[in-house]
Amino acid sequence: MNVNEYVVVENIDQAYQLFNQNKKNQIIAGGAWLKLSVKEVNKLISLDDLSLNYIKTNDKSVEIGALTSLREVEMNDVVNEIDHGILSTAISQIMGVSIRNLATIGGSIMGRFSFSDIIPVLLVLDCQLYFHNRGEMTINEFITSKGLDRDILTYIKINKSTGQSYFKKISHTALDFSMLNVAITFDGSFRIAIGSQPGMAMLCEQTMAFLNQQNDISEDVIEQAVSIALTELKLSSNIRASKAYREVLAKTYIKRGLRQVIK
Amino acid sequence: MKIKITINEKDKIFEVEPSEYLLDVLRRNNYTSVRRGCDNTSCGVCTVLLDDKPVPSCSLLALKANGHRITTVEGIQEEAHKIGLYFGNEGADQCGYCNPSMALTVYSLKLENPKANEQEIKEYLVGNLCRCTGYVAQHEAIKKYLGDQS
Ligand SMILES: Cc1cc2nc3c(=O)[nH]c(=O)nc-3n(C[C@H](O)[C@H](O)[C@H](O)COP(=O)(O)OP(=O)(O)OC[C@H]3O[C@@H](n4cnc5c(N)ncnc54)[C@H](O)[C@@H]3O)c2cc1C
Repeated sequence: MNVNEYVVVENIDQAYQLFNQNKKNQIIAGGAWLKLSVKEVNKLISLDDLSLNYIKTNDKSVEIGALTSLREVEMNDVVNEIDHGILSTAISQIMGVSIRNLATIGGSIMGRFSFSDIIPVLLVLDCQLYFHNRGEMTINEFITSKGLDRDILTYIKINKSTGQSYFKKISHTALDFSMLNVAITFDGSFRIAIGSQPGMAMLCEQTMAFLNQQNDISEDVIEQAVSIALTELKLSSNIRASKAYREVLAKTYIKRGLRQVIK
Repeated sequence: MKIKITINEKDKIFEVEPSEYLLDVLRRNNYTSVRRGCDNTSCGVCTVLLDDKPVPSCSLLALKANGHRITTVEGIQEEAHKIGLYFGNEGADQCGYCNPSMALTVYSLKLENPKANEQEIKEYLVGNLCRCTGYVAQHEAIKKYLGDQS
């Protein structure tokens, strides 16, 4: 990565102005992905002096500053209690500890990585994102919106739900991207998200609507839910796995996940 | 641009380019125990401690380290020597390329979780690749090292 100038901004407004001054100006968080994905940067905008590295909690929710490292999120006791620690579980399966000390929650969202193990979990947790200019939006609105203007994520908020959860990352090795990942929560109603399709993660809205109408989650209902999921998912092939293999993975792990969360 | 870093408890000032990574700056200044491997965070040989936490120096911009504490294996010499003896006793090293980063990561595991069980050791070391040993002897060595410290 070739950087012309490195600017540590004094306030978020300055960061926003600079970011929108030139298409080649970039925000840096941990910088781990930026290094691999961007060749030329005019001004690299560091938010390091803006105190965006924190985890705050109240009775209802947890607020996480955009610059908080993945490792800090993973190890946080309160995050570990939300829906049986599904976010910590997912983060703990990303690469090694050292990169998780460097990479941030904000960079993991703003990168909009289709291979992300974090976005499917934030989808089932119905995470709220807070932007400097745009204000509040859900993670689902963020990943399904096209052509959003360049904005700065300042923090995210997750409700302190204490339901059941299931997360599965299927990858060739511990250091590889997922071939598919499955996130499910259940706290009286179901939320299901699938990532690494290999396209962007998505909520299985029709499958969730079907399951949430049922009084009894029998094996037959689970089979029907999986069929609906396969019709709404956008599974396809890439270097890591074929479409056919992803279909088998989705069937297997959605079933296992549903059985686990209703136990 | 100038950065001020405390390396192994000594204050240092370096002149760096905005595109330079900490790994380049350290090696340029003769901290050659910090190795270059994959250069994309996947292998772990460039690990240093940033404020006591392991990070891949290949992907940490030098400017982001400004004002922080960096520890290389030279900064934990006594502990690294101890860890080395456990590795030696188990036949857990060959070429030695990954040893400094392994020692730093094991040291940091001891700080974070001195009673780490076998699974926790494996999970903590997952980002530190070794192309010689096959890991079994290393895990034995780390288990014994941690066991003897507590
Ligand atoms: C080798 C490698 C393997 C990986 N494997 C996985 C994996 O298996 N699963 C997984 O889920 N993730 C994986 N990741 C991604 C990783 O977990 C992080 O999500 C990623 O590094 C981005 O975080 P960062 O802090 O480094 O962001 P950066 O690289 O600093 O930034 C990423 C992008 O987000 C923008 N950005 C960052 N913060 C903000 C903000 N506050 N506001 C606006 N824009 C912002 C940047 O401008 C940039 O475009 C991997 C990363 C690497 C380098």
